[in-house]
Amino acid sequence: MAPLIAFSNIQRHYGEGGGLVRALAGVDLVIDRGEFIAIMGPSGSGKSTAMNIIGCLDRPTSGSFKFSGLEVTGLSRDERALLRRNYLGFVFQGFNLLNRTTAIENVELPLIYRGSPKRERRERAVRALHQVGLEGREHHTPGELSGGQQQRVAIARAIVTDPLILLADEPTGNLDTARSHEIMQLLNRLNEENGITVVMVTHEMEMAAYAHRAIRFIDGAIASDETRIAA
Amino acid sequence: MLWETVKLALTSIRRNVLRSILTLLGIVIGVAAVIAMVTIGSGASQKVQENLAKLGSNMLIARPGQSTFGPGGTTNDSRSFDERDIAALKGELTGVRGIAPSAQKSAKVVYGALNYDTTVTGSTADFFTVQDWTLADGRVFTEGEERSGTSVCVIGSTIRTELYGTDDPLGERLRIGNFGCEVIGLLESKGQSAFGSDQDSTVIIPLRTYHRRLAGNTRISSINISVAEAADIPRVQRDAEDVLRERRRVAPGEEDNFTVRDMTQIANTMASTTTILTGLLGAVAAVSLLVGGIGIMNIMLVSVTERTREIGIRLAIGALERQVLTQFLVESIVLALFGGILGILTGLGLAALAAMLMGVPFTADPRIIAAAFLVSAAIGVVFGFFPARRAARLDPIEALRRE
Ligand SMILES: Nc1ncnc2c1ncn2[C@@H]1O[C@H](COP(=O)(O)OP(=O)(O)OP(=O)(O)O)[C@@H](O)[C@H]1O
Ligand SMILES: [Mg+2]
Repeated sequence: MAPLIAFSNIQRHYGEGGGLVRALAGVDLVIDRGEFIAIMGPSGSGKSTAMNIIGCLDRPTSGSFKFSGLEVTGLSRDERALLRRNYLGFVFQGFNLLNRTTAIENVELPLIYRGSPKRERRERAVRALHQVGLEGREHHTPGELSGGQQQRVAIARAIVTDPLILLADEPTGNLDTARSHEIMQLLNRLNEENGITVVMVTHEMEMAAYAHRAIRFIDGAIASDETRIAA
Repeated sequence: MLWETVKLALTSIRRNVLRSILTLLGIVIGVAAVIAMVTIGSGASQKVQENLAKLGSNMLIARPGQSTFGPGGTTNDSRSFDERDIAALKGELTGVRGIAPSAQKSAKVVYGALNYDTTVTGSTADFFTVQDWTLADGRVFTEGEERSGTSVCVIGSTIRTELYGTDDPLGERLRIGNFGCEVIGLLESKGQSAFGSDQDSTVIIPLRTYHRRLAGNTRISSINISVAEAADIPRVQRDAEDVLRERRRVAPGEEDNFTVRDMTQIANTMASTTTILTGLLGAVAAVSLLVGGIGIMNIMLVSVTERTREIGIRLAIGALERQVLTQFLVESIVLALFGGILGILTGLGLAALAAMLMGVPFTADPRIIAAAFLVSAAIGVVFGFFPARRAARLDPIEALRRE
């Protein structure tokens, strides 16, 4: 079976001429199903750029990106939107929930775009919120939830569609250590129990330790790629 | 999905009620103007039509002098018509239903202790035909009464109610100035004239009686000619002019010292004036609808900018371009429809008020209301499209980065 993610010589450039920035300067990367990966590296090394390409939000300047064997680079905006909707889940550093919209409505959102019927949407959203430990908070708006709880809502929204892969760009960037560990344990559980592939960007070694594989970016290229031998 | 979108649109409008209402003012005013105008306009023209029908159909009116049309009648005191003019017209004209010479004077009419100031008309039995009067009771003058100048009269419904109350006036005496006459007929009510005067405040007596008892002269101030077929009106008008020119010795090339007017023509002139007015107000309404549309476009652009992050989230989790476009389009349509409905209600309210004040019928035409509704929706689509497309085409990465 084709790997879930296959980058071959991915380049992503911004600007041109003297101001050209090589955010990704030829990346080869293979991610298999079920992996739990931490992406690390200094600021500006291209971590978010790589995540956006994996997430089908952005397109590489050159190179080939196959998602489960499907070449993504030539797909249209809407085709990539369909990939995101059906196979990908996103968690962002800033939570990115819709304000003034309740937790359950936020979680339902991806299902609305999929055209799921109302009852099914409710059921799945309730289940997802339950999975992230937010039962009883369904009708709270983001403003009424703590940072850790908001990030759980975001995770619930990302997993409500049963994605193949969960992408989290600095999911704990805005949280204190205790809250961060809770989020990591949650991601770990989703990875182990639900078999969701998790790719996350983090600056903290402590958090990266939850992952099974750590990839370090430097200047738009992979400097190291270590798989932790299961203890 | 559509219902979800409409709900979403309503929510985001509710979040900015004041802003939404201010934005909608242009549409509200535009739609209200159209609705009010069309409703008042159709009521007024209905009224004018009714009045003209009451005036008598296919009617030509000859008056001495070059007068401007109006309730005042002649402007210069050129020679009035006489009995021989009438005889000549009767002899020459073909295709007419009736020719009624008439003269009018205001006078006080008295019955018992009550009196009333009204207009007394001297004419012939043809007058009732020509002016489309119908009798509620009694009869009109006989030829004998006309010839001998008998003191009989036919009275309008206002005179009847003012002077006789619930009594039966038939056979009673009515004193006009200083002579008395017998009431022989009662007219059906016609209501107000096109110029707002009470047409039912009238007393009609034989022309000869009028000349002898009331006027003290034999002048005829107007001749009403009712043409049998509408198509014949121009011909009869020309013939009447020829007869009168000859009778009044107007040399060829000289200006007539009388006028023969076609009332239908006047009606058409009035109708076209109304059309021009309607067109003018329509233009005003179109401008305010345009302004309203631009207002919607503006507010939608602001909304897209404010909600860039939200749009980014929606796109990131898999909304298609079309879905985001629909969301914003629905929002602007809902906004515009909201304005349209407010405008329709305001317009109908204004029209009802105006109809009441002007005494014209109030008829709300459902087709106009439906059209206003559709136009509002169309404004929402047209002016909402550009902002919606801008939203749909946002780059999700950029949009998410925005604070
Ligand atoms: N839209 C853009 N336009 C121009 N340059 C960009 C753009 N996005 C990213 N870059 C550049 O690409 C490089 C990689 O950026 P990226 O966001 O991937 O870094 P990162 O590793 O995620 O950093 P951080 O840890 O600070 O989030 C940086 O030099 C950045 O300035
Ligand atoms: Mg980053």
